[in-house]
Amino acid sequence: MYSDKVLDHFSNPRNVGEIPDADGVGTVGNAKCGDIMRMYLKVDDNGIITDVKFKTFGCGAAIATSSMATEMVKGKSLKEALKLTNAAVAEALDGLPPVKMHCSLLAEEAVKAAVEDYMKKHPEAVID
Amino acid sequence: MNRIYMDNAATTAVSPAVLEKMMPYFTDIYGNASSIHSTGRDARRALEEARRKVAEVLNCKPNEVYFTSGGSESDNWAIKGTAFAQRKKGNHIITSAIEHHAVLHTCQWLEKQGFTVTYVPVDEFGQVNPADVEKAITDQTILISIMAANNEIGTLQPIKEIAAIAHQHKVLFHTDAVQAVGAIPVDVQDIGCDMLSLSAHKFHGPKGVGVLYIKQGTRIDNFMHGGAQERGKRATTENIPGIVGLAEAITLAAQNLEEKSARIAGLRDQLIEGLTAIPYVRLNGHRTNRLPNNCNISIRFVEGEALLLRLDLAGIAASSGSACTSGSLDPSHVLLAIGLPHEIAHGSLRFSLSDTTTQEEVDYVLKTVPGIVEVLRSMSPLYADFMEGQK
Repeated sequence: MYSDKVLDHFSNPRNVGEIPDADGVGTVGNAKCGDIMRMYLKVDDNGIITDVKFKTFGCGAAIATSSMATEMVKGKSLKEALKLTNAAVAEALDGLPPVKMHCSLLAEEAVKAAVEDYMKKHPEAVID
Repeated sequence: MNRIYMDNAATTAVSPAVLEKMMPYFTDIYGNASSIHSTGRDARRALEEARRKVAEVLNCKPNEVYFTSGGSESDNWAIKGTAFAQRKKGNHIITSAIEHHAVLHTCQWLEKQGFTVTYVPVDEFGQVNPADVEKAITDQTILISIMAANNEIGTLQPIKEIAAIAHQHKVLFHTDAVQAVGAIPVDVQDIGCDMLSLSAHKFHGPKGVGVLYIKQGTRIDNFMHGGAQERGKRATTENIPGIVGLAEAITLAAQNLEEKSARIAGLRDQLIEGLTAIPYVRLNGHRTNRLPNNCNISIRFVEGEALLLRLDLAGIAASSGSACTSGSLDPSHVLLAIGLPHEIAHGSLRFSLSDTTTQEEVDYVLKTVPGIVEVLRSMSPLYADFMEGQK
């Protein structure tokens, strides 16, 4: 039911962990539903995401979409990161089973939540 | 890679001896058991011999054994068949909150047909209290259906007591014994049930064949219309190879059953002790009053499907009651019924053993699971938050 890419990102997840002095942290989902994602961002003065890490409680697809989403926003500007869609994450993984599409949505929301947290902590920052 | 199969509650491998018995009935003795010619008569002989063998194991008469397509059909037939046949007497059915969906969904469907159903709760170990069943009986009650052993957490139910209560109140009693047959002794006289469901593929028989035991004299509607098969109650040309396989499998399963069960229970106990030694892991179901082949645990801070995928990569086949494996947003109804919070139910794992499970396989599982749990916990924000809170 999972593509090889999903299984690869599940078994060798990229960017797992925490960033202790993160500039932005976003947590989405809830344990009751079986998935929680947390994203940590490191952002430079030019608004470029220089580092990103995640921690996820969830199924194979939840872990794989978290991993893929971190790869897709690393090195990108905050503006570009905000444009990340769940469809793009799913596509980059060669698709997800229909019942798992919500995992990709969670990945999109986790990135956005982390960027929003950064914006809150850095009111001077402008995303143009 | 050596594959370790510990999902025998889902299905088992057909044993070579069973397959060997079945083979001639595909190509040589392929007759229709209803045919008058000798090819048909040979098939008929095999059918009735199989019925006799099953009756011997269950301790009933051959004419009380009805072959079906499996456990779900047997459950459907037992419940719908008696509900409609007894409708003039009453419209109330009692079952438990932790039955298999073949029972629960059938009962829910009957509710739409005007029947009322009481779903008695279970305690934290998944045990039905017979007193709860008795309290639920009304003058409208026509059927009580309680499983012999739970398929997820392995808890054994007091079906003998419940059967006696049912009969004191002149109510029929059905038990879904799909997980029990082959794992523990099952004797319909001893239980005192009116109907009992079983399925061949749970005890090294083929898929697609089961039995509904119906005690002689039980009023039950015919299930499939269109032929005289199974005493006119269940039309369809009989699946002779499957039926022969079922009879052989149940006969083999019944041989030295206590000895085999004791060995499997020993392996199960090693799994339970070894796995619950991992921090924040709990056993689901009753510690002793459980199937000899069932080990069900909840591993906190991780999710069941992720565990299953990691186990699979390590060559171990198991199962989980997480939402992601149930195909819904909620985890298993059984785990919720024993009072587990959602997040702990999501992290459940079931290892179900069989006759063929070895000590080496158990050792490998015990060696492998802690590392998998550690890896998944290392990426779990729940675990990180919990450990932070512990500081």
